[in-house]
Amino acid sequence: MKRSLLIALVLVVAIAAAVTAAPFRIAVVMPSATTDMAFSQSMWSALQTVQKEMGGASALDLKFSENMYNVPDAAAAVRDYASQGFDIVIAHGSQYGSSVQEIAKDFPNVTFAWGTDVNTFGLPNVYAYTAAAEQGGYVNGVLAAKLTKSRKIGVTGPVEVGDAKTYIDGFLQGVQSVDKSITISKTWTGSFSDVALMTAAAKTHIASGADVLTGSSQSVVGSIGAAKDKGSVLWFGTQADQASLASALVVASQVYDWTGMLRDIIAKHKAGVLGGTQYTLTLANAGLKIV
Amino acid sequence: MKNLFSLAVMSGILNTMVSLATPFLYAALGETIAQSAGVVNLGVDGIMLLSAFAAFYVALTTGSLWLGLLAAAIVGLLMGLLMSFVSVTLKAEQGVSGIGLYMFGLGMSSLLFKILIGTVKTVQGFPPVAIPFLGDIPILGPILFRNAVPVYGAFLLVPLVWWMLEKTTLGLRIKSVGQNPAAADSLGISVDRIRYFSVCLGSTLAGIAGASLSICLLNLFQDNLTAGQGFIAVALVYFGGWNPIGVMGGAILFSVVNSLQLWMQVLGVKIPSSVAVMLPYLLTIAALTITVNRMRQPAALNKPFERGEN
Repeated sequence: MKRSLLIALVLVVAIAAAVTAAPFRIAVVMPSATTDMAFSQSMWSALQTVQKEMGGASALDLKFSENMYNVPDAAAAVRDYASQGFDIVIAHGSQYGSSVQEIAKDFPNVTFAWGTDVNTFGLPNVYAYTAAAEQGGYVNGVLAAKLTKSRKIGVTGPVEVGDAKTYIDGFLQGVQSVDKSITISKTWTGSFSDVALMTAAAKTHIASGADVLTGSSQSVVGSIGAAKDKGSVLWFGTQADQASLASALVVASQVYDWTGMLRDIIAKHKAGVLGGTQYTLTLANAGLKIV
Repeated sequence: MKNLFSLAVMSGILNTMVSLATPFLYAALGETIAQSAGVVNLGVDGIMLLSAFAAFYVALTTGSLWLGLLAAAIVGLLMGLLMSFVSVTLKAEQGVSGIGLYMFGLGMSSLLFKILIGTVKTVQGFPPVAIPFLGDIPILGPILFRNAVPVYGAFLLVPLVWWMLEKTTLGLRIKSVGQNPAAADSLGISVDRIRYFSVCLGSTLAGIAGASLSICLLNLFQDNLTAGQGFIAVALVYFGGWNPIGVMGGAILFSVVNSLQLWMQVLGVKIPSSVAVMLPYLLTIAALTITVNRMRQPAALNKPFERGEN
């Protein structure tokens, strides 16, 4: 009797060991490149940090699909990863929502996370995540208002949606909390990838007298390039630390740090909870940082 | 509306126009040469991307902008050779092989960027050079005569390409091959050789267009840096009626309206931004429908030449 119990125990341990030896697998689908110095990079570097904490590629297997600005392609990639047996599939773009809603139903054992949004569609295996970008925007706005000498501030962005919009709303409030008479002008280029137009927009702001610029999203590197050319212009960043592009000009960047959320999702997945809740990065929970 | 028509704003618009128009000029003038010989090269955007990357990478690693420019020209030339081989020697459908070339350039530049550079970096691009005396002219001086060398090059290329196409034997041969390859062939002109030459020269210019983005105007490289500018350049060739001067007119119009819409947004003119960004495209389409003169289109455009077939 004792012996069979022992054998059973050994078996259980062996099985458990075999199970844990296989790496945990996470795949992420992103609208831009992992090197965009903004939205996609913030998620990719968080995943890499978590991978290091867990003990490298043998413990956490990471795969990514980048530049998936075409939603049907992204949806195909999400479905592909789910059917390959990934534990967690992250759809990193607010435009992927309806795809996640549809695919998640077909793979009840896979955890899906998507954002930025707050909607989990009532599905038990979907997490939604977002960033309270207006908080860092407000902080940046206050700083910007104190630093501008020409009392003109330029804002650039691709389209007026999502966290790009909330960041800028927060920024405007921040500026106005200091001085309501500062002029803020905004330009939207209508494209997430048109660096040339984004650069031209930034140069236009500078030519009209702005000495502080800010903006969100991927093609922001163009604006930083323009600011760098002029030398005396200051830049406030968001989504990722942009100081490496022009350290003398970048005053502060609001950084999205997804690591806390990722740790939580992984721990819950291992405990058998696949989704159902929503995460918001804030300055208070250290998901947002000003660097 | 806050002084949209003030002098400062006007000169601001022209200033932005000059830099926006530069890559269009190189790419569209190159495409004009290729199309004059009867080859539509839709791969311009891909050539621009791979060349932009080559220029940026060489400038970043060697510190020499001129070497970067040379690298871009060589990459353009090689891609031109590939395009001519496929479309002239193998006589493949030009549109399809051009799109293939575009996909290749887009994918390859992203891949190499990922492997060799990895993250967004910047270089110190070509500095502005003031032309003595002319640069001191009030208002227009700083706009027209205080630019980087590649910008001057783009505008100087317009009369040069016009002269080559209209006033030289070579230009006559290029156009005859584009109009009536069988007749040109019967006069002893090698249709294939002229088409190779035209496509390669055009692609080299597309390469320089890419370099003008990555090491002169934007001074960085990023995935899909051109964002479709190469396709606009192809449209500008039709817009300009295969005439370098008309092509320049199109490039300037498109760039002026683009820079105008940015100024309208900055000055807070009350129109939705989505309408503003559409303006250059709307205007181009409108102008295209009014001005295009189909009579000027090379008759053998898009047609592979097979001796004895026509």
